[in-house]
Amino acid sequence: MQEFWSQLGRKLAALWRTFSHNRMGMFGALLVTTAVLVAVGAPYLSPYAPSEVIRDANGRGMTFASPSVHPPLGTDDAGRDVFTQLVHGARISLMVGFLAGSIAMFIGSLLGILAGYFGGAVDTLLMRITDILLVIPDLPLMIILVATLRNLELHISPLVVLVLVIGLLYWTSTARLIRSQVLTIKERQFVARARAIGAGHAHIIRKHILPQIMPLIVANTVLILSTAILVESGLAFLGLGDPTKPSWGTMLNFAFSRNAITNGAWWFYMPPGLAIVWVSLGCVLVGNVLEETLNPGLAIHHLEDESRMVARRPEAAPP
Amino acid sequence: MTEAPLLSVRHLSVDFIMQDGQMGHALEDVSFDVFHGQTLGLVGESGCGKTTTLMAIMRLLPANARITTGQVLYNGQDLLSLSERQMRDFRWKEMSIVFQGAMNALNPVMRIDEQIGEAILLHHLMTRSQAARRVGELMEMVGIPRERAGQYPHEYSGGMRQRAMIALALACAPSLLFADEPTTALDVMIQAQVLELLKQIQEKLGLAIVLVTHDLGVVAEVCDSVAVMYGGKVVESGSADSIYNAPQHPYTERLLQSFPDLNRPAGSLVSIPGTPPRVTELPPGCRFEPRCNKRIEICATTAPVMLETSSGHRAACHLCQGPAARF
Amino acid sequence: MPTPESAPVLEVSRLVKSFAMRQSLLAALQRKPALEIRAVDDVSFTLHRGEVLALVGESGCGKTTIARTLIGLEEPTSGEIRFSGEIVSAQVRRARAGLLSLDSGEVGTHEHMTMPHMSLKRLRQHAQMIFQDPYESLNPRATVFDIVAEPLHVHGIARQRQERLERVRRALEDAGLRPAESFFPRYPHELSGGQRQRVVIAGAMVLKPELLLADEPVSMLDVSIRAEILNLLSELRRQRGISILFITHDLGTVSHFADRIAVMYLGRLVESGATGDVLQRPQHPYTRALLSVVPVANPRLRRERVILQGETPNAADIPAGCRFHPRCPVVMERCRHEDPPYASVGTRHMAACWLLEGPRR
Repeated sequence: MQEFWSQLGRKLAALWRTFSHNRMGMFGALLVTTAVLVAVGAPYLSPYAPSEVIRDANGRGMTFASPSVHPPLGTDDAGRDVFTQLVHGARISLMVGFLAGSIAMFIGSLLGILAGYFGGAVDTLLMRITDILLVIPDLPLMIILVATLRNLELHISPLVVLVLVIGLLYWTSTARLIRSQVLTIKERQFVARARAIGAGHAHIIRKHILPQIMPLIVANTVLILSTAILVESGLAFLGLGDPTKPSWGTMLNFAFSRNAITNGAWWFYMPPGLAIVWVSLGCVLVGNVLEETLNPGLAIHHLEDESRMVARRPEAAPP
Repeated sequence: MTEAPLLSVRHLSVDFIMQDGQMGHALEDVSFDVFHGQTLGLVGESGCGKTTTLMAIMRLLPANARITTGQVLYNGQDLLSLSERQMRDFRWKEMSIVFQGAMNALNPVMRIDEQIGEAILLHHLMTRSQAARRVGELMEMVGIPRERAGQYPHEYSGGMRQRAMIALALACAPSLLFADEPTTALDVMIQAQVLELLKQIQEKLGLAIVLVTHDLGVVAEVCDSVAVMYGGKVVESGSADSIYNAPQHPYTERLLQSFPDLNRPAGSLVSIPGTPPRVTELPPGCRFEPRCNKRIEICATTAPVMLETSSGHRAACHLCQGPAARF
Repeated sequence: MPTPESAPVLEVSRLVKSFAMRQSLLAALQRKPALEIRAVDDVSFTLHRGEVLALVGESGCGKTTIARTLIGLEEPTSGEIRFSGEIVSAQVRRARAGLLSLDSGEVGTHEHMTMPHMSLKRLRQHAQMIFQDPYESLNPRATVFDIVAEPLHVHGIARQRQERLERVRRALEDAGLRPAESFFPRYPHELSGGQRQRVVIAGAMVLKPELLLADEPVSMLDVSIRAEILNLLSELRRQRGISILFITHDLGTVSHFADRIAVMYLGRLVESGATGDVLQRPQHPYTRALLSVVPVANPRLRRERVILQGETPNAADIPAGCRFHPRCPVVMERCRHEDPPYASVGTRHMAACWLLEGPRR
């Protein structure tokens, strides 16, 4: 067991070494890290409580106050601090995105492995389900599902509904990806060797297939997270989120429906929009670099770097 | 040999910068000559630098490689001093290469005849119909039936793909052909066919060939002269005859002894204990010393120099030089 | 040296393995019979205890399919495989289901069903396979220890950590990797080709099998490394008395330690006999051709090489008459229409060629 941890440590160290050389990846990591830190430290960063109305010298609510030193991002239509909402919204957006993404990854990987490894009827069945889900347009389906689940009055938090709906619909691309990788791995000689030794299915999947696709799963998870956050924002923007716990998408919804645009209160709708881009971009950059690092076959080699090919002036030939 | 060599590699050294920053000395002071119409065999175990040598000559080394010293004289002109642009004129028109692993070197989504045609059209001012005719000639030369010329690589067997690779390499009528392990992974019968084909082509076109391989049997079959490489250096060179019948270097001797021979009485095959050194951990003296069964004290501290032991035959071994010389 | 009286470890009788080609929908609707590729077509041989039998042939002749069928990676289409006298029971099950016709004609009889038979799982404790590619047959993410311990793990043997360590250590040492402990935590990519193949052999030997199926174990190694591995296998045979089915396309490799040689072409055996007999008095033209092209490390030797033209035909398209006739350098008219019988041409030396009947040319 000890060995496992030291091995893991070594692999992570090696990974870090290559990763840290990639500027794009590091930039992406920076973006993601700051977002996570902000989300975690929300209560400490926000000067006000989220629903606290800021009053001016006269005691009136400062509605649509423009940004100044204080409050830094202005206020919304009711006088609440936008910055506070932003950092609290980070918690919601990231959490929903993370949970939904994890569910999607888990389902996708599981089904991808089963379909790829067992093939035959299992594969056909799972792939047909995947195809059906891929064919139906995402957004309308999700809207319908969310609306239905809410109307069922199951007393589930709207955020949980979002997590479930996104998680249960976004596993399809992962499943396909994992499945095709498993198909390739299944044909490799070391798997044949394991079968020749007499290993059963569980053993082969656990010890031979899973370790090979782990890098792919890790890289794909980060990318799926980005998608999940974007989707959550979209659904929240359409009003399907939880208004009591606004995410960035919900903020956009408020901005839209409460006439921030017509009032020119750009500080209300731009920050959440930018924040969404910030995190998604970060995740995508990290995900791409992870994929490249963990899957050496994808690395790009530069063919034409002339400066490296020509010999220096040769020293005098030895006698 | 009084005529000038077609290709003369002189004191070529190549270093690699590894991922962790270490410097690997892949080639050191490699020298050999190739003459018109002759075949040189570059022999050695995997990792001894033979493929790196070819890549260095063709200037196809990866980005982390540095040619630190040496000259590659082709008809007297130093290729290493040419720019990439000028080098492109040489590639395929003067010298070409049959890569190892034909399947990976052929484009899987292009028809074979298209690929060969592409090579021709990229270099020559030939019209399409002239190129098509040339492709037909080449296919015939390598023995691919006309009706199969338009197929895709995956429809070809291993032997046929190798033939296609050879046709591709001959597309622009080069004077020098590099063949990197052309028969590895082929069955003995197909191997014999391919080697026979190379010999026929050489005779017909007056080609010079550099054949890189680890297989001494292949070298004995087709090569006129041989250079044996170990650990990035040439340890012995000479005519095929003298190398096989009077090897000077202990490594060459052991290589020959480890080759299974139907005619030798049955018994244990001789093998060479140990493994070749890593490019980052080269021994200070002779690179073969740790595995040598004839080593003497000086071998561990001083690298031997390539010296002529008999006419045209050179070896880098302390035992062949000075008072300890064996003859 | 095994004698005919020593117990047979492996008996293969009339083994057939066909693969059905996928049919297009149109062909299926037209009820055309599905194209069948007979990779192995009626092959029989016996391997005695402690014997090394070399199965020689070009790619596509079916030798790898035989190995895969013997180890259970493929199911035989028909024929019988017996290991130490027991029928390998995957076939018994199929016979019962009427899917398999055992040539003995005793299918389903009470007598047949009561003959001792063994499951594939048990077979794999006694027979192990060595694959061709040392770079591919090892899981790149598993350590040497894991790889060699895997058979123990799978069969639930040596569950105690100490015992397992000991067995893996012994296996690695027997395969020539010393000190064994230094190899435990290493990964395949840190090892050379020869070392990797030794790990594969250690993994195959850890269960102390009686039979080793070696599928081209040295073809992907440098010639100078081949000697080590061949010597190792030879040593293992000498010390443990294991039997080895050595599959290869290169006669030169086996001349040193095979007791018997069997030559295959397009799914059938064309010649078999003691090594000395086959190498010195080859009877079949194909064997002669193969012998003549074995690489020799001597440039002065000018020999008559019979380089066959073309390649082994596709197994889906087997020529009529003698399968070898399109490439045979001494083909006669008879060969184009009639398939020669696999008959005896000397002491335990068999070959299938019309030239061997009646007056020689």
